[in-house]
Amino acid sequence: MTRAALLVLADGRFPAGGHAHSGGAEAAVKAGRISSAADLEDFCRGRLHTAGLVAGALAAAAVLGLEPRELDAAADARTPSPALRATARRLGRQLLRAARTCWPCEELDLLAREFPKGAHQPVVLGLAARAAGLEPADAAHCAVYESVSGPATAAVRLLSLDPFDATGVLARLAPELDRVVDRAVAAARSVPDDGVDALPAGSGPLLEAGAEWHAAWPVRLFAS
Amino acid sequence: MDGVTAAGVRARARIVARGDGRGGTALPVLDGAGPLALRRVRARGDEARVMVVGAMSGPLGGDHLRLRAEVAEGARLHVGSAAATIALPGQHKGEARYDVELDVAGGAELNWLPEQLISADGSDLRVRTRAELAPGARLVLREEQVLGRAGEEPGRLTSRLTVRLAGRTLLDQELSCGPGAPGGWDGPAVLGGHRSLGQLIVVRPEFAEAPPAARSLGECAALMPLAGPAVLVSALAPDALRLRRLLDEALALLG
Repeated sequence: MTRAALLVLADGRFPAGGHAHSGGAEAAVKAGRISSAADLEDFCRGRLHTAGLVAGALAAAAVLGLEPRELDAAADARTPSPALRATARRLGRQLLRAARTCWPCEELDLLAREFPKGAHQPVVLGLAARAAGLEPADAAHCAVYESVSGPATAAVRLLSLDPFDATGVLARLAPELDRVVDRAVAAARSVPDDGVDALPAGSGPLLEAGAEWHAAWPVRLFAS
Repeated sequence: MDGVTAAGVRARARIVARGDGRGGTALPVLDGAGPLALRRVRARGDEARVMVVGAMSGPLGGDHLRLRAEVAEGARLHVGSAAATIALPGQHKGEARYDVELDVAGGAELNWLPEQLISADGSDLRVRTRAELAPGARLVLREEQVLGRAGEEPGRLTSRLTVRLAGRTLLDQELSCGPGAPGGWDGPAVLGGHRSLGQLIVVRPEFAEAPPAARSLGECAALMPLAGPAVLVSALAPDALRLRRLLDEALALLG
């Protein structure tokens, strides 16, 4: 493997469409639940331990070569909001397009054929990491970091938050990110014995309800 | 191994419902245990009705309660509870566990509508609810959690809910809150300071052809079609009364 491949995949400028999404921050800002860097940190921490942990475990499981169709179904069951399922598939499709150019391989071609409308983004992320020769923990780090970096970046635009403060939030969360990655990888490694039920299933009721609320707005800054 | 052990109460209660051959529903098994006493109440049409009556306080720390309901083909069962369940700290160390297993056959219907679960200060409870449905089964399942009694801090509560239809998982969700829960549980991504939360799952075969549209019920609640013939209503509210009203209104929307 090449360690630098992880930087390519994790780069916020990797052309996979993530910049258009706020990870629920836009809805939370409008609802008045995020109005400061401290609120943002609390939001990111909640997302990290719910959606972030689930995404990290799915990505790690995909690197381990577990059946993408089963992982995709597990992602569906853990994503009750249809708006969030549609977002995850759209992001998965965009990521797959970029990944097939960067790390062309039969496995990614097969995934594209099997999921013409896109697979859940963390599953694609795991397979892209696998194609790049990366490890389960690398993919989990990517997924878990994205679960907080998206809202942090969006909050800068939504609240005119000081970018230094937003990045400070991410830096403060870093040790917690590592611990979530450890849990995600351990869960993924238990799937061959215990099945996909062993994957974490943490949910954030406000993330789900907020996504449906947000999807119903006529005008939005972010797609989700 | 039901009974009171050094570690806490062990109790396993079981309900079996099946068609009585005359268009109604019989209850060949109605076995209460420990704190889970079961009472048959007056049927409504062809639907048998059972009430879970709390016969002891709890679940307390160290207790392990199990409640299983099986609804066979052609049967219709409604299960409610006489009062809210209150998770309390016990004399025994360690968490309490409450496992609910529901099994619904094709053509059968289960309405599982217990009262709230209240997580009292100092309690530590893990709830595991699994519903296993055969093709053609119908289900209405409501879960409501209230974090703390009036003016009280909540205990630790972890609740996982899994609904499977024809061996496929429709919903798998876990919520963990209270002292010691992973960070951010009370923050703007998870509960946002709300103290009452609820989930209502409705599985109907006809949703396969005509799934209800997703519907936002404000920024704290939504009616969401799942990837299968089922919907989840997820709601947060300031108190149990307003939560119940939200869930009732959402159920009425489904007709």
